[in-house]
Amino acid sequence: MSTNAVEQAAPAAQAEGATPSSTPARTGLLIIGASQSGVQLAVSLRALGFDEHITLLGDEDHRPYQRPALSKEFLQGTVESESLIFRSNEYWAEHNVDLVKGEFIVRIDKNTDGSGTAHSSSGKQFPFKRLALTVGARARKLEIEGGDLDGVLYLRNADDALALKARVGDASDVVVIGGGFIGLEAASSLQKMGKNVTVLEFGPRLVGRAVGEETAQYFLQAHRSRGLDIRLSVSARRFIANDAPGERRPAVAGVELEDGTVLPAQIVLIGIGVIPNTQLAEQLGLTVDNGIVVDRFALASDGTTVAIGDCANMPNPVPGSAPGERIRLESVNNAIEHAKVAAYSLTGRREEYAGIPWFWSNQADLKLQIAGLCNGYDRTVLRRDEERGKFSVLYYRHGQVIAADCVNAPLDFMAVKNALAKGQNIPAEAAADAATPLKTITTDS
Amino acid sequence: MPTVHFTDAEGAVRDVQGNTGDSVMETAVRNGVPGIVAECGGSLSCATCHVFVREDCLAQLPPMEDMEDEMLYGTAVDREDNSRLSCQLRLTDELELFVTTPETQV
Ligand SMILES: Cc1cc2nc3c(=O)[nH]c(=O)nc-3n(C[C@H](O)[C@H](O)[C@H](O)COP(=O)(O)OP(=O)(O)OC[C@H]3O[C@@H](n4cnc5c(N)ncnc54)[C@H](O)[C@@H]3O)c2cc1C
Ligand code: FES
Repeated sequence: MSTNAVEQAAPAAQAEGATPSSTPARTGLLIIGASQSGVQLAVSLRALGFDEHITLLGDEDHRPYQRPALSKEFLQGTVESESLIFRSNEYWAEHNVDLVKGEFIVRIDKNTDGSGTAHSSSGKQFPFKRLALTVGARARKLEIEGGDLDGVLYLRNADDALALKARVGDASDVVVIGGGFIGLEAASSLQKMGKNVTVLEFGPRLVGRAVGEETAQYFLQAHRSRGLDIRLSVSARRFIANDAPGERRPAVAGVELEDGTVLPAQIVLIGIGVIPNTQLAEQLGLTVDNGIVVDRFALASDGTTVAIGDCANMPNPVPGSAPGERIRLESVNNAIEHAKVAAYSLTGRREEYAGIPWFWSNQADLKLQIAGLCNGYDRTVLRRDEERGKFSVLYYRHGQVIAADCVNAPLDFMAVKNALAKGQNIPAEAAADAATPLKTITTDS
Repeated sequence: MPTVHFTDAEGAVRDVQGNTGDSVMETAVRNGVPGIVAECGGSLSCATCHVFVREDCLAQLPPMEDMEDEMLYGTAVDREDNSRLSCQLRLTDELELFVTTPETQV
């Protein structure tokens, strides 16, 4: 461990005001992107006994934090920013991980053995023996007139959430563009905070491809009955500026729809999906196709760089999925599981990524939990318990359960998740009776 | 200062001082206590923050809500009478809590 101590000295000296171009000693592993997957990679590596020095580097000025609460508890003010922090400073120090904040990597020089040097926009250099790209995704921008007005916002990171929170107090009307998870979560949170919220969805139904038709319908009705104004198959033509004089930057005052309707809005929140950050991978010459293309061991096309989480396009990890099928997942569970696989690769073990993806989304009092991936289903089974507000849809392919969307029904969610993990089945006929606990009818396929 | 004593499945003990108001889960995760995964960060969606609470400590804890009760049926290691989800347990001023973490959370 003695070399690690030397390596650590350099960034410390930098913090005390060394020149920006000073070069830290070579780190064993440079992780670019200090969020869910980058943090998990560092943590998993230490748990596996990886003893090289690790630099966990990110462009944000915050210590690594969890994103999911940004559209939920944090926005509503029920949790403080401190509880979103993944690990204490002491943890990183004890585990010989250098946390570098506020450095945006713009270019990487790489050798064939996997080592190289990353260059940041402020002119710093970060030499490494191995590289991990955990750069995530960025919000997709809506390029229409008025898109640069003050008050037109996105929600991807803590600074976005802080900017939104700072404006909430003065706003009475909010228009959310995009009826996906982030849009609906933020819309429910803002409605709970007393705002008059309208959700505009370009498509014919909510939550796009992520859930099936029945679940989309359920959410539409549930949100409308809770007073959320949701408009489907509409698109915004332009954002209208507030013409109050003396404003530093003109602020948004409304949204004009294609049919000419104008909705007042002091805040417009856009949640129309994300784009994986592949710029560095492209510059490195790695194969990129809707994300950084990786194999089952989380290795990119050069065979040495690992890429994981939201930025990675990987073989579908669900056991039994079609050969060659690829997927990019945007979830905490995937960031964690993918990081574990990468940690094995970096320590010389070959452990394939095989798992049951799962996801949650909390909207008002609706707790959605999704187990598995519903792509390619040929049958659904609905379970509804109106009285207790429970709702689940099970998805089947050739008689085998492959996924479930469960609302306020953790027992169903857990039963399906466990069955999938064990390669079991839940026969469709028996599952249709909502009074029967799924656990009791699970069979060994 | 509230203290939580975490015992892992092999019997190794870690004593962690926490802050009043934080959850047992947050206290564990921030300090890297092994055996608590907490994928959902405390929003009662994952059941990967399962702990067994020492019997004589149970009475100091807030009662279990229905959702926690249901989620506990999905833990990786089967629930026991003294099972709780640690994200639902808040530290109070003088709390001294003894918990054991299960062999696995996923
Ligand atoms: C508001 C919100 C709510 C969500 N809710 C849920 C939920 O309920 N359930 C769920 O499962 N998932 C949820 N997610 C998704 C989940 O947070 C992401 O899947 C997860 O954060 C992905 O982790 P990641 O590390 O791969 O990428 P990211 O979290 O995107 O992190 C990538 C990091 O890399 C940094 N970076 C990028 N390029 C560079 C560079 N060149 N140099 C330096 N740093 C760079 C970025 O700034 C960022 O900090 C939510 C996401 C958001 C935004
Ligand atoms: S942290 Fe997910 S249920 Fe407790």
